[in-house]
Amino acid sequence: MDLKTYKFSKDHEWVKLEDDIAIIGVSDYAQKEMGDVVYIELPEKGNSFSKGDTCSNIESVKAVNDIFTPLSGEVVDVNTSLEDTPENINKDPYDSGWIFKIKISDSAELTDLLDADQYEEYLKGI
Amino acid sequence: MNKLPELIFNVSRPGKTGISVSLNQLPNDLITIDKNKLRDGIEDFPSLSEVETVRHFSNLARLNHSVDNGFYPLGSCTMKYNPKVNEKIAGIENLSAHPYSPVDLVQGNLKILKELEDWLIELTGMNSFTLTPSAGAHGEFTGMMIIRKHLTSLGDPRKVVLIPDSAHGTNPASAHFAGYEIKEIPSNEDGIIDLEELKKHLDRDVAALMMTNPNTLGIFEKNIVEISKALHDNGSLLYMDGANMNAFLGIVRPGDLGADVIHLNLHKTFSTPHGGGGPGSGPIGVSKELSKFLPVPRITSDGNKLKVNYFTENGIGRIKNYYGNFLVIVKALAYLMALGKENISLVAEDAVLNANYIRKGLEGYLDLPYKSKTLHEVVFSDSGLNVKTLDIAKRLLDYNIHPFTVYFPLIIHGAMMIEPTETESKETLDNFLSVMKTILKEASENPEHLKNSPHNTPVSRLDEVYAARKLILRWKKSEEN
Repeated sequence: MDLKTYKFSKDHEWVKLEDDIAIIGVSDYAQKEMGDVVYIELPEKGNSFSKGDTCSNIESVKAVNDIFTPLSGEVVDVNTSLEDTPENINKDPYDSGWIFKIKISDSAELTDLLDADQYEEYLKGI
Repeated sequence: MNKLPELIFNVSRPGKTGISVSLNQLPNDLITIDKNKLRDGIEDFPSLSEVETVRHFSNLARLNHSVDNGFYPLGSCTMKYNPKVNEKIAGIENLSAHPYSPVDLVQGNLKILKELEDWLIELTGMNSFTLTPSAGAHGEFTGMMIIRKHLTSLGDPRKVVLIPDSAHGTNPASAHFAGYEIKEIPSNEDGIIDLEELKKHLDRDVAALMMTNPNTLGIFEKNIVEISKALHDNGSLLYMDGANMNAFLGIVRPGDLGADVIHLNLHKTFSTPHGGGGPGSGPIGVSKELSKFLPVPRITSDGNKLKVNYFTENGIGRIKNYYGNFLVIVKALAYLMALGKENISLVAEDAVLNANYIRKGLEGYLDLPYKSKTLHEVVFSDSGLNVKTLDIAKRLLDYNIHPFTVYFPLIIHGAMMIEPTETESKETLDNFLSVMKTILKEASENPEHLKNSPHNTPVSRLDEVYAARKLILRWKKSEEN
């Protein structure tokens, strides 16, 4: 996994592009802040969301955390394996901990995202 | 410290029984229960003698922590001591009238309801109150339904409710249940609502702002008057969550500051027990303009007699059976009458004094992210410590102190939200400060001991993650091993 191929939102979601499909998960920083994840409510396949909408939530021992989609589009796949192994969000946030895939409807929104270096810089300021 | 009692299933032995007369010993003609209606045994139902059963539950009950056996500084919950005389009064036999009793026979009960309404009106500056909601969140929901009905009646229903990120967690849930879309607005660096930021969000869609005041950081929303004006200019309403009302009871009245709807928690501010999740009471107070939308029943007076009005033209209808949690209302009224009008402000003065005594005592030991003046509670963070908020909370159990609220509000990293309440003495607060300093010393000298705490409780650190992931709610024989 090369983080250089990932993009990040200021709400700590990551995006990995495969053509017009964006794979979305939460960053390593986000999983550490949330603590141990115990439950995830996944978005429904086929639903469309606008950028910034709450589309899923992750319950950790500390709190329930909203997941905002960093890009608009239609959900084309969700990671149902997280229902049985939500701990993958903690163990492997950038790979097996992916949450959903969205068919992006506005590629211009990609320019609002940060690259790995910019995100790291952003984290320093928090 | 008491030990954890043996599982009741392990004390069970087939044949033991809690009653001394078995059905088999009775003459047949005495038994009038149809055999078909008798349940023929529940699998693995424990068999114990009566005294074993009593001991089992008494020993379990002894493991409870309550305000009556230790300090309980659970932020936001206002775990103040509830005077026993209130229980005594609520226990007066004749108070427990049947809810369908003719009004002529329950004038005293109705007077209790009316008097508490009048007290709350005077204390908050609102126009009228309903005592029917069962608890805070139920009150919030009722309040939002009133706002919805009001705006709908003006032909301008609107759809958005603004909620600051430092609000009580129930606020967005209540507004959502009342059919609104939620928009969160960020706090500024002083920990309060940013007036300019708020104004940016004010458009024709905004039905109301739900403001917790003082907010969950314990900070007074000092711009409340400007905020209510900005809302009203926009045709929006101000809902004030009054759960933290002990911070300025008898000092400031939300009605005078421009609140259109507020809720109070009798089980916080007015010294009635929290119970195990109930029964609570969350009265709603509204402005004159909104009073016609209050739920039924309404207690009215014709000059001589109190009446119960079950039908109003514009009300939102009924939100609970009968009159609310009546005996909770009795206790709140007893508390207020014992305190007396001239002493009400002491509640707030002492609550604020005690919280600031804790703040001063722990400043320099713990990080205080927001420096603004705080009222009835104070929120520290675990930044800069080599242990986490949870470790400190768990270690407090070893000292017979209920932990403060942890990890809330969310805008603070590793939040420790401490509310000592006004009913605690200086000695109790000093003991708490000394325990906290001991724990923080241990954090630097022997952090492992802290991370494995508690050590003196019936069970040590529980695996909360495993418990949450593998939820088992019911004992089954097969799971015993």
